Amino acid sequence: MTEVSVAKDAVAATDDLVVLKSVNKHFGALHVLQDIDLTIARGEVVVVIGPSGSGKSTLCRTINRLESIDSGDIRIDGKPLPAEGKGLARLRADVGMVFQSFNLFAHKTVLENVMLGQIKVRKADKKKAEEKARNLLDRVGVGTQADKYPAQLSGGQQQRVAIARALAMDPKVMLFDEPTSALDPEMINEVLEVMQQLARDGMTMVVVTHEMGFARSAANRVVFMADGRIVEEAVPDQFFSNPRSDRAKDFLSKILHH
Amino acid sequence: MFDFLSNYDDPSLLGAFWMTVKLTVFSAVGSMVWGTMLAAMRVSPVPLMRGFGTAYVNIVRNIPLTVIIVFTSLGLADIFGMTMGAPDDFKVQGFRLAVLGFVAYTAAFVCEAIRSGINTVPVGQAEAARAIGLSFSQVLGLIVLPQAFRAVIGPLANVLIALTKNTTVAAAIGVAEAAYLMKEMIENEAQTLLIGAVFAFGFVVLTLPTGLFLGWLSKRLAVKR
Repeated sequence: MTEVSVAKDAVAATDDLVVLKSVNKHFGALHVLQDIDLTIARGEVVVVIGPSGSGKSTLCRTINRLESIDSGDIRIDGKPLPAEGKGLARLRADVGMVFQSFNLFAHKTVLENVMLGQIKVRKADKKKAEEKARNLLDRVGVGTQADKYPAQLSGGQQQRVAIARALAMDPKVMLFDEPTSALDPEMINEVLEVMQQLARDGMTMVVVTHEMGFARSAANRVVFMADGRIVEEAVPDQFFSNPRSDRAKDFLSKILHH
Repeated sequence: MFDFLSNYDDPSLLGAFWMTVKLTVFSAVGSMVWGTMLAAMRVSPVPLMRGFGTAYVNIVRNIPLTVIIVFTSLGLADIFGMTMGAPDDFKVQGFRLAVLGFVAYTAAFVCEAIRSGINTVPVGQAEAARAIGLSFSQVLGLIVLPQAFRAVIGPLANVLIALTKNTTVAAAIGVAEAAYLMKEMIENEAQTLLIGAVFAFGFVVLTLPTGLFLGWLSKRLAVKR
């Protein structure tokens, strides 16, 4: 019995980076996550889509415990999520997160935003942190804005800085919580391009989004959620051309045909 | 007209106002430190700390300052023997007791000002800070409090001006500051109105520039979102 479970764990540690098992969460009377089982392999790009209020953002936020869960089990790289304290902080450093509203530190410059975690959490030397921050800012195409404050940047630029800030921690997995939903249409692509590049570079990503084009082109797997449940999981081509569930057919018919 | 002023040299007019300044500065620094700690307690995830912070603020800010200052002298010093490191020098002892009382009292107001500042910082700022792995104290110290302070420089200036004027209560336990001298002059001299005007002017000289400077600073340091 024990031997079997040990063997299983060993496999999980090499292959599966994020594992959610029968996760449940309530907001008051609302059962927002219902028996969620989801496994994300190393290097995999999983796009979570679904109607508003289906629980997809909450699901994303449980993975680094910005939302606590009522029951179930979440493991990252084989280790269960610590409840709080130093262990949780250490784990969060390994899980990058990009928010809908960017959430760049408003009183710090762009460069300081990207350096802060390296210095305070990774205890990196200031010079090295700055060098790395500048490289990352160049990589996401906002290198020339390094000394400005977030409020001086456009939404698209701010979100790319936020991606650089998360990457500066060398995360094992990146969570994107509707990264383009607060952006003006002409800025969406500049952010999606950075994400496409990340996906090509092999980053493990969980992306909650309404961008079906991104889901089609970058995702290894689409997870469709409705009413707190995972209704359907499939590769993008199959999901978009031939959805199995009625709920997904209904959703796709509403967003794709007009 | 102002001849009578030269009759006083213990304390002199300037000496008395200098004592007011010293009381204000020491009490301001102390209450900023203690008030910030109280604010941290009031937003802490530990229920015991939150409870203590809430109880402290609600009790202390509702007690008249005069009662607190008199208690430091008659209670802490006379009954509990707290001599503040100066058992024989009553001037120093009175000064330190008064500062202690002002810090205890003013910190409650500083705490509430800072807490309202914390409420102006969007939740997303703290979430982003937690998401890169900062600890609770780092989130508070590096991200939330610096933004909160900038938002409440105006309200803190109000607290500081109130504190400057509140230091007059220290006269009740014999600290030779401005109000102490004023009382002495009114007892001895005939020009009551003039004496009142002199001291009122003295306080305006102290508080007006403080208010103007902090108002300017608050605009300059405002966090743009």
